[in-house]
Amino acid sequence: MRSGKIVVENLYKVFGPQEQEAIDLLKQGWSKERILAERGAVIGVSDVSFSVEEGEIFVLMGLSGSGKSTLIRLINRLIEPSAGDVFIDSQNVAKLPHGQLIDLRRRDMSMVFQSFALMPSRTVLDNAAFGLEVAGVARREREERAMAVLKQVGLETFAQKLPHELSGGMQQRVGLARALAVNPSMIIMDEAFSALDPLKRREMQDVLLELQKTHRRTIIFVSHDIEEAMRIGNRIGIMEGGKLVQVGTPQELIDHPANNYVRNFFDTVNTSRYLTAGQLKTNSVPLYVHNGKAPDAAAVCQELLALDKHYAFVIDEQNKFRGSISLERIALLVENGQTCALDAEVLKQIEPLTEDLPLDRVIERLVDNEGPMPVVDNQGFYAGAISKGRLLARLQEAG
Amino acid sequence: MDKQLDLGSWVDSVVQHLLENYSGAFDSLGSVVSGFSEGIETLLMLPPAWLLIAIFVGLGLWRIGARFAAFTAVSFILIVLTGFWDQTVVTLGLTFSATLISLLLGIPLGIWSARSERVAMITRPVLDFMQTMPAFVYLIPAAMLFGLGRVPGIIATVIFAMPPAVRLTNLGIRQVNKEIVEAGQSFGCNGRQLLFKVQLPNAMPSIMAGVNQTIMMALSMVIIASMVGAGGLGNDVLASIQRLDIGLGFESGMAVVLLAIILDRITESFGTVKRATNKTTWYTWVSTKLRPQRQ
Repeated sequence: MRSGKIVVENLYKVFGPQEQEAIDLLKQGWSKERILAERGAVIGVSDVSFSVEEGEIFVLMGLSGSGKSTLIRLINRLIEPSAGDVFIDSQNVAKLPHGQLIDLRRRDMSMVFQSFALMPSRTVLDNAAFGLEVAGVARREREERAMAVLKQVGLETFAQKLPHELSGGMQQRVGLARALAVNPSMIIMDEAFSALDPLKRREMQDVLLELQKTHRRTIIFVSHDIEEAMRIGNRIGIMEGGKLVQVGTPQELIDHPANNYVRNFFDTVNTSRYLTAGQLKTNSVPLYVHNGKAPDAAAVCQELLALDKHYAFVIDEQNKFRGSISLERIALLVENGQTCALDAEVLKQIEPLTEDLPLDRVIERLVDNEGPMPVVDNQGFYAGAISKGRLLARLQEAG
Repeated sequence: MDKQLDLGSWVDSVVQHLLENYSGAFDSLGSVVSGFSEGIETLLMLPPAWLLIAIFVGLGLWRIGARFAAFTAVSFILIVLTGFWDQTVVTLGLTFSATLISLLLGIPLGIWSARSERVAMITRPVLDFMQTMPAFVYLIPAAMLFGLGRVPGIIATVIFAMPPAVRLTNLGIRQVNKEIVEAGQSFGCNGRQLLFKVQLPNAMPSIMAGVNQTIMMALSMVIIASMVGAGGLGNDVLASIQRLDIGLGFESGMAVVLLAIILDRITESFGTVKRATNKTTWYTWVSTKLRPQRQ
């Protein structure tokens, strides 16, 4: 079995008669369209397995009707699964007796909704305290705890207002406060920020990320906004037609999309923003190996002129970067005839870029440094170089 | 045209059968209803007219506003001056009794039909029947089973006035936003908490609309129920018809209309959430002081 805070194994949901028969037919390879036409059953979720690590933000993405909202409701069992298991802290929620399920919901999981789903006749404070009230916490204590979470989301001065007196973004802060008040280890967020305008959405994403810094909770976040998914998600799961087609980090999904459906999601995104040094590196800079004996300056000078290159890198036998030198500097050395070897004292020392460095940091370093920058892999071995010209050409390609 | 099918005689024999075999049960039901409504009437008769009027005026001021309060005061003074006050109080008592019984039966039935498709399927045609059958028709079996007087009047009124309470409770609960219900469930509500903390509070505007309609239908029916001797303003209306007395008809009819408007507006106001206003009047100030303070 997989490990993780939440482990979903072979989960199915069929809406309609004869759930088990429909699942058997799915396993025999029938398409969901054929099952709908011939058996009248709608396949909501089909054979989904994945796991979410403790403290992770896992984003579920997919077009509407792809089953993502159904899937999260199977996890907290607002919808009864047709088959399969959902383990939360190794406890199988799908098979839990009703009383224990209610106990789990009161204690350790909560949910944030697209339409906010606040009770219109309750004050902000009473809404935030709702979960605690249901769990039977005394008024005084629950109001104190609700007030504390309202402070966390910056709404303490609005405690006695009614929800309709607040803007959409503020209402969702109340929704978030309500979810936080019970101090759960996991939160399910169903398109929680989709109803907000782009500015407010970004603001709420920041609120969420800020909260995660102080107290890491396990969050399953449903979204149809790829920018949002990449911004807040540690990993993203892509759903299509009730199936989970791919799970991975944003970078993995961009680099190796499982199919065109996944690739299409990223079409609208300017993926160059998510490029890393490893993807930008080339071997455009001539390399010289310092094998106990420094390369000869005059020879290097000749070669650089012949290749029409302006820089050279020197590495050692272990493939570690030793330094860089420009053609101008070599030419000066050769002219003066002082020393003819490219030793440490004539080489320019540069802190190499690591392969996983994101584009914005790469640009920053390139701006600060004259000439191309070396890139090393995670073991510190030389892997390639990035020059300003190559970078611009690459961005134009991706643009 | 000749009668091919005599449904009426079947119903007649059913009522006869009930009368012959279960008269004891009907008698005891009748005495319960009678005691209940007499209690309410006594309660309404207890304070002097001016105090009862003051209570209604106060309600109008609190829920609606000064203009409506003035209207209420003028209306009731008009009723007192035309000499219909006592009958108006009797009618009010009958209306309240019938309404309370209707709500006591109707709201739980509405909740039940919101939770069960089967119950909803059965209640729907029964409610249609109860509501559309001409109101007078209930009076005949009611009078036969319970004798003349206030009891058959109230029973017939309950049958006629209950459907909106059932329907609008059912509808109100079913129309509660799906995500709000899910929110209740996802925070761990059990069945009872879901009903009392989520569904009923959110269905309240619809339930109050049902209460309002039930009161209005009850008021119209208790007038008709004077035909079986229920008493109140209906007696005067009936007398004016029998004597072709236009003056009496107008005066008693006007008392009914004024009572109807006052009851309608006041109960309607409980269905809509009163929006907070920036204007502070002495009574909003008092009401904020009366509300339990937190922190």
